[in-house]
Amino acid sequence: MRMYDLPDEHGHFGPYGGVFVAETLIHALGELKAAYARYREDPEFQAELAYELKHYVGRPSPVYHAKRWSQRFGGAQVYLKREDLNHTGAHKINNTVGQALLARRMGKPRVIAETGAGQHGVAAATVAARYGMECVVYMGSEDMKRQAANVYRMKLLGAAVVPVESGSKTLKDALNEAMRDWVTNVENTFYIIGTVAGPHPYPMMVRDFQSVIGREAKEQMIELAGRQPDAVIACVGGGSNAMGIFYPYIPDENVRLIGVEAAGYGLESGKHAATLCTGRAGVLHGNRTYLLQDENGQIVETHSISAGLDYPGVGPEHAWLKDSGRAEYAAVTDDEALRAFNDLCRLEGIIPALESAHALAYSAKIAPRMRPDQILLVNLSGRGDKDMHTVAEKMGISF
Amino acid sequence: MSRIAATFERLRQRGRKALIPFITAGDPQPALTVPLMRALVRGGADVIELGVPFSDPMADGPTIQRSSERALRHGVGLKDVLALVAEFRRGDEATPVVLMGYANPVEAMGYQRFAGLAQASGVDGVLVVDYPPEEAGPLARELEDRGIDAIFLLSPTTTQNRIREVARLARGYIYYVSLKGVTGASHLDLKEVAARIPQIRSRIRLPIGVGFGIRDAATAKAIAAFADAVVIGSRLVQEIETSSAEQVVDNVSRFLSGVREAMDGAQGGRSIA
Repeated sequence: MRMYDLPDEHGHFGPYGGVFVAETLIHALGELKAAYARYREDPEFQAELAYELKHYVGRPSPVYHAKRWSQRFGGAQVYLKREDLNHTGAHKINNTVGQALLARRMGKPRVIAETGAGQHGVAAATVAARYGMECVVYMGSEDMKRQAANVYRMKLLGAAVVPVESGSKTLKDALNEAMRDWVTNVENTFYIIGTVAGPHPYPMMVRDFQSVIGREAKEQMIELAGRQPDAVIACVGGGSNAMGIFYPYIPDENVRLIGVEAAGYGLESGKHAATLCTGRAGVLHGNRTYLLQDENGQIVETHSISAGLDYPGVGPEHAWLKDSGRAEYAAVTDDEALRAFNDLCRLEGIIPALESAHALAYSAKIAPRMRPDQILLVNLSGRGDKDMHTVAEKMGISF
Repeated sequence: MSRIAATFERLRQRGRKALIPFITAGDPQPALTVPLMRALVRGGADVIELGVPFSDPMADGPTIQRSSERALRHGVGLKDVLALVAEFRRGDEATPVVLMGYANPVEAMGYQRFAGLAQASGVDGVLVVDYPPEEAGPLARELEDRGIDAIFLLSPTTTQNRIREVARLARGYIYYVSLKGVTGASHLDLKEVAARIPQIRSRIRLPIGVGFGIRDAATAKAIAAFADAVVIGSRLVQEIETSSAEQVVDNVSRFLSGVREAMDGAQGGRSIA
């Protein structure tokens, strides 16, 4: 394959990505682009980032051979990249540390973030506390009800959590509101976007910060298995954990890249969040990408048992990887994800995030059709403590 | 000459400034949109900006967000908005209509189809908030082919070089966003605006309208002293929100008349270059 060097200087991944924002945000994005271009190549910045990832986040996260899981399903051996073991319990902090260090160098004392399940909000509040910055997190009022524990966690960390009452009162509306805050307070505020979406340079920058996952995995697979996996599997909502593990593997053409979306109650039910599997190209949140929308171009409400996958868009680089054929995308239902959630608890003593359970569920689907000497690497993007309530409720248990 | 250019030319000859009200199509209900547009004309509107409802109006404050939600509850989409413009045109050949909205409904319809239908419906200008010049080229060309003006925003943070970039694509008039924030905010700095207008004028030979944060007749009058047009959106939408269905047409017309009178008393400002 040709050397992969996307996005171009305007943030385009083929027809996707770009800068689709009102004129009022252009200047701030230009400033961010310039700052990131400078510090991306700055050895001092990179050294501080590496130090923080090692000593504060706890990297590298291990790769683990899930032998009992592999035996249970037969066929390929399944390895897990343990992002669940990071500080705050998910991959999200890789990115918030990077953006917070950038915010400090840009002299912005205030950071804002959007959050759906609350994982990115917690990761943003965490680094704001760590670096002594003011933090405001926008969260849909519906999501605040579903994720009360994470709301409290953010408040403990000193962040203000602002309920968003507009639209569907979920992640997409929180993102709209954070953008409105940013445009109003652009002088002193840095917007920490949590996924590989938004206007350029966010999709590229978040991917770069998350690609530590894939870089580590490539070394660890050699140490542990003596070779690279046949396929890398990751769940995709906005797509940041998937881009993080996929990106370093893009040139390795014999490694399949498989993104797993949320099929919710089933693709045919219409209640799902499988943007790449069923959506159409359009423009939302500053970039052109696949979207779940009606015939009038209005964004539709999505459903997934996993709040972190419950988003009607997807990072533009995934849209490009899909169209170019370099990555493939599938979807698993709420029920399949729940089954994988339970299986991993019982078989490996690991409680996965419901998001990550989607990737696990897909590995259980394809492993049996593969040979025992083949390898699947699953990105276990987060741990499931936050999902106790959701899972218990689904099983009819109340605390 | 386009209807927009003709309107500004006529105003210039009379030494008057343009009043450009904004309402969201379909708010509070589709059947009231054309009557409201006619009421705006009676109240002194020179150009009408008609908002296309969108599920995710990122650049709008709460007032216009709610108006979009009200319209969407009636299922008003871009096709319906174009039909409403066509209906308005059947009784008004003179008042320019500018559609203002977000990219995705236009993307969903397709540029060519949109431009064709907009022309057939009597649309004069199109402002897509989240198409900055970098991404607007293909649509701007389709619109130009159909004689429709592509209208662009400038903001207090737009650099001098960038104003030149905008000038290459911009037609009709320039919409200067008078503050850092979303529509309907209330921290407009008159002095800042007054200082910026001449800088823009020296780089773009189009009339300049000022909007975002103009909430009363006095501010409109002050803006009219140095801009070519005054855009009033959120304050008007608020009037719609708080009026009963029976009163809304009269209330909107009366509110706009008040602004018109204040502006026309503000002569002595410089006229259009």
